[in-house]
Amino acid sequence: MDQPLDLRFTDAEEAFRAEARRWLASHAPPPRALPSLDTAEGFEAHRSWEREMAADRWSVVSWPEEYGGRGVGLLEWLVFEEEYWRAEAPLRVSQNGIFLLAPTLFEFGTAEQRARFLPPMATGDEIWCQGWSEPDAGSDLAGIRSRARRSDAEGGWVLTGQKTWASRGAFAEWCFGLFRTDPDAERHRGLTYFLVDLASPGVTVRPIPQLDGETGFAELFFEEVVVPDAQVLGEVDRGWNVAMATAGSERGLSLRSPARYTEAAGRLVDLYQHGLARDPERTRRSADAVAQAWMDAEAYRLHTLWTATRVLEGGSVGAEASANKIHWSETDLAIHRAALAVLGPEAEVHGGGVDAPWLDGFLFALAGPIYAGTNEVQRNVVAERLLGLPRG
Amino acid sequence: MHFAFTDQQLGFRDAVRQLLAKECTTADLRTAYEDPSARPARWHSLAGLGVVGLTAPEAAGGLGLGLVDLVLLLEEAGRVALPEPLTDTTALAVPLLVELGAGTTPAAGRVGAWIEAVARGGLAAAVGTDRAPGDAVAGADGADLVVLASVAADGTPEVHVLDAGAVAVEPVPSLDPTRRLGRPVWSPTSDTLLGSGPEAATALSRTADRAAVAVGAELLGLAEALLGRAAAYAKERQQFGRPIGSFQAVKHLLAGAQVRLEFARPCVYGAAWALDVGTPDSSRAASVAKAYASEAGLEAARVALQVHGAIGYTWECDVHLFLKRTWALAEAWGSAADHRARLLDSLLAGPRRPQGSATA
Ligand SMILES: Cc1cc2nc3c(=O)[nH]c(=O)nc-3n(C[C@H](O)[C@H](O)[C@H](O)COP(=O)(O)OP(=O)(O)OC[C@H]3O[C@@H](n4cnc5c(N)ncnc54)[C@H](O)[C@@H]3O)c2cc1C
Repeated sequence: MDQPLDLRFTDAEEAFRAEARRWLASHAPPPRALPSLDTAEGFEAHRSWEREMAADRWSVVSWPEEYGGRGVGLLEWLVFEEEYWRAEAPLRVSQNGIFLLAPTLFEFGTAEQRARFLPPMATGDEIWCQGWSEPDAGSDLAGIRSRARRSDAEGGWVLTGQKTWASRGAFAEWCFGLFRTDPDAERHRGLTYFLVDLASPGVTVRPIPQLDGETGFAELFFEEVVVPDAQVLGEVDRGWNVAMATAGSERGLSLRSPARYTEAAGRLVDLYQHGLARDPERTRRSADAVAQAWMDAEAYRLHTLWTATRVLEGGSVGAEASANKIHWSETDLAIHRAALAVLGPEAEVHGGGVDAPWLDGFLFALAGPIYAGTNEVQRNVVAERLLGLPRG
Repeated sequence: MHFAFTDQQLGFRDAVRQLLAKECTTADLRTAYEDPSARPARWHSLAGLGVVGLTAPEAAGGLGLGLVDLVLLLEEAGRVALPEPLTDTTALAVPLLVELGAGTTPAAGRVGAWIEAVARGGLAAAVGTDRAPGDAVAGADGADLVVLASVAADGTPEVHVLDAGAVAVEPVPSLDPTRRLGRPVWSPTSDTLLGSGPEAATALSRTADRAAVAVGAELLGLAEALLGRAAAYAKERQQFGRPIGSFQAVKHLLAGAQVRLEFARPCVYGAAWALDVGTPDSSRAASVAKAYASEAGLEAARVALQVHGAIGYTWECDVHLFLKRTWALAEAWGSAADHRARLLDSLLAGPRRPQGSATA
């Protein structure tokens, strides 16, 4: 490529930013106005917000127009995210669908599957959860035991087993998950990727309260649940490859845009400045941690632009997604730990008040090194695939 | 938005990598340790490729290019722990001389000749504009030209340039002898004065920013060299009947350092662009670059030594050649902590969220 290195967005990209900013300014609810999305009431309030965004085509800007998007590119999506987080608009209740399943549907789905599943995902009418982990299969995902057997009589597949830790599973309508379809094959073979309606007979959902006491995830039990052939994503017995594409989105460019962290880092500096006015001596002790956290977010922003350019030039993101996941999860923790240090004795005050998002944010950040593949497992991947160290 | 280098920039990088692989081996580094004053041919080879004069104006025989073009080459210099002062001469001295060379001082009158000597003859400069009088300056021992700062009696900042003939330099021992630390014995005169006042102050702060990015680029190369050596050793060294690289504790040390390096890289490249363009937040970008690169370098150094075990703690093993340069550069032109403090001051005084860029 002979285009010179330039970190400025184009006029067109900036015009898109201005349009997004205007729309959000007149539509987004005030920061933290909605009840938590991990409650039944909050879930519905967040769904309504998704509908409102979709009505004006802001819920999935990078998707093709036929599915409810605006057909914009990766850079515009990053710009949109900057504006979204700047506006402190609500968390995305549909994130598993729009950020994880959708890219996988674009890559592996049939035209019929896209037409069936993408539009209601864009509007929030169908909200998805991810059914991968099982009680005995966490980091070792290929050890899953939930099964699916083909039945001509049922005209499809019959699912049996148990999934757990499914985020938003308590209230979601649909689940994408991996099931073992060939018990005799090698562990990574013989898995198939299914799209399951949680209203199907035989599905039982047991909500699980998280560390903060709210119903953030759920256990899903499947007893002879019939799923039609049309709801297999990708090839039968080839679900591992499809799932790895979803995992790439989860760790790589799609799930966690830099704006989430640059906005929080900006608020951290606001908080520090506020602390300086109240108790300068104590606040200054956090100076180094605040600066480091801000830089971690900035480094993530620059790294994302670097990767996005590579992807736009036809490159792909492989094991680099593992390095990315380590960085974003550690950045989130660094930001929130620094904030709690600045708050000092106020840090433990829960609920209400301007500082409330820090404590909730900290509790959420603690999960980052665990979900989407633990950071220890990601370090294994970096060592083996980026540095070429031997397995085992 | 296009955050990637051009094919031409990458091609130049490859050419420099090839040259240095031949002319700056670890055997060559050991020769330089023995006799730091020897002037190896590689500096002239680099000048011949246009590397040394890269930032000099074309009219003076240079390439008239900027930091974005230079950072990849500085990274290569770091990768082989190049002893010669590419950062000082090309990233710092030449732009500073050009910036203040339009003045009317006697030294300004000589700027044209100096820059031509850099571009055509590979003149080697040392820049100690961040050093207090009496401090050791890297590369001053043996430099053709030493650029220093001082403060006049009335508080006016000044930039001075000393020709090798006009200044005595006391050599100062360094952990890395190829750094050629020296203490210039000098006093400012009207003849050495290049510029003063607000222009000098601006030029000095730009020099410090460029130094942060240029040294940051060298640190990227050093970190990559260290991690590359450590990973290669981990694949080859056997204990308990298998390669030590198969032990997870070893893997995690290396992976942690690798992630740090991967995230330092775009910070350095982005800051090089910000300084070339002169964005309002370019000093801030330079601080992010140096802080991240220093931490990445120090982490790579710690891990590389640990993974090598006792052999890494010997003079015989090549690792120490890269460790010592890393330790020196991590502190030069502001440590990670210095730059974090500087960044926080800037954040408290200005915007702290991405600004978009239509106005940049
Ligand atoms: C908030 C939250 C949301 C989640 N959402 C979902 C979801 O929506 N859908 C879903 O399917 N799952 C979800 N998960 C589950 C998540 O994917 C798993 O927790 C994760 O994969 C780890 O599995 P585990 O909990 O069984 O831990 P284990 O695999 O039992 O690991 C326990 C510890 O051992 C370490 N360990 C394990 N194997 C290795 C190894 N080879 N090398 C080094 N260390 C190792 C781990 O790093 C960890 O520290 C969620 C988890 C959390 C916390």
